[in-house]
Amino acid sequence: MELAEGILDGSVKSLARLISWLEDDDERAYEEMRKLYPHTGNAYVIGITGSPGAGKSTLTDKLTQALRKEECTVGIIAVDPSSPFTGGAVLGDRVRMSKLCLDPGVYIRSMATRGHLGGVAKATNDAVRALDAFGKDIIIIETVGVGQDEIDVIKIVDTTILVLVPGMGDVIQSMKAGVMEIADIFVINKADHPGADQLETEIQIRLEQDKHTKSRAWVPPVVKTIAVEGKGIEELKEAVKNHRKYLEKSGELEQKRKRRVKEEILSLVENALIKILQEKFVSKDSFDRVVEDIISGNNDPYTTAKELLKRIGVDVTIQQEGGIK
Amino acid sequence: MSSDKDRKIKVIVAKPGLDGHDRGAKLLARIFAEAGMEVIYTGLRQTPEMIVQTAIQEDADVVGISSLSGVHNYFFPKVVELLRQNGMDDVLVVGGGIIPAEDIPKLKEAGVAEIFGPGTPTQKIVDFIKENVRRK
Repeated sequence: MELAEGILDGSVKSLARLISWLEDDDERAYEEMRKLYPHTGNAYVIGITGSPGAGKSTLTDKLTQALRKEECTVGIIAVDPSSPFTGGAVLGDRVRMSKLCLDPGVYIRSMATRGHLGGVAKATNDAVRALDAFGKDIIIIETVGVGQDEIDVIKIVDTTILVLVPGMGDVIQSMKAGVMEIADIFVINKADHPGADQLETEIQIRLEQDKHTKSRAWVPPVVKTIAVEGKGIEELKEAVKNHRKYLEKSGELEQKRKRRVKEEILSLVENALIKILQEKFVSKDSFDRVVEDIISGNNDPYTTAKELLKRIGVDVTIQQEGGIK
Repeated sequence: MSSDKDRKIKVIVAKPGLDGHDRGAKLLARIFAEAGMEVIYTGLRQTPEMIVQTAIQEDADVVGISSLSGVHNYFFPKVVELLRQNGMDDVLVVGGGIIPAEDIPKLKEAGVAEIFGPGTPTQKIVDFIKENVRRK
């Protein structure tokens, strides 16, 4: 059976194999994705991000259990980093999700970044689509432990939950400029640890400051949780629901999804172009000579890049005149 | 088709039953990752059903089970059997831990590809997996 048919028929095995093909950038995957596309657009996608050890996996586990009580089916993609040296990875997020393992309404997939920066893997977006077509009501993406700038998750999800923990002092300060901006919902996890109130005050001050600079109709709520004890999970679930209602009512959800489709097309084209350039030119010996030419001062990278593009039919000079847009 | 270099071997490293001795399993998880594999570590107290569900959801190529508490004669064949029931015959099942020599032939007969006891050079395990893993 074709994978797409299998997936529409509810086969977990077909779904799992398609995600592997997507991760491996196997061309067979895209034919299946084309068939699945008309069946997508029904799932609601939640992103859970935050620093390493903040409790993302445990929150994902508990939030999923709460959603299951409402008969929602859930797909989870848990991303962990690949080693830049060996390409290998230890994917440990399932350890916290043991209780979900045998629930037929839940699908969990671990995913290594495979060198992709930004907090998610290259295949994450397509895997979300596959889970959507498979019929999951809610899809949760747990990002890698992020620092300041890994915010690609917002391009994929409808609601972004940023998990913070008390006692990180200066780290929180430094985080403020980057990842703090993407939260639709703030979670203060490990709220029984000292410093939780102070952290809440810091977030509230930031939100107060935001009022002066942004005309934002949605003010991110701050939810305190103790994930390991299951505390605050109902509040978190309600916060997600409220955000969803807001997005749907304000028309922002539609805008978000339009932006996403645009980005998707651009990234597909980008990937295809890079692949062509890699396969046709960069992996060839002649490319080494081109590099030698530049090193020895007979050419420069700018001219070379332009020539390469010309060889695949793209004339950059036309682009500069506004011909290709 | 993507080239072989894009493909990653996916290994489940699982601890069945009530056995809490996971130093060896954790070490192997690291070693497999160092060898370029993607390792899904399940944690402790796994049932055969949980291990097999994990293998299905993760599209695993290899299931590695470690047992130091004597449950291997039940657990290892059960995992193989459940994989077969789910049409995952081509998944390589390997075992490790404290396994008496006289149990090994029976386990192999049941479909466990290899048993690696204490002191096995880790490279030998890595090589075995790389040589025997399926191609999808």
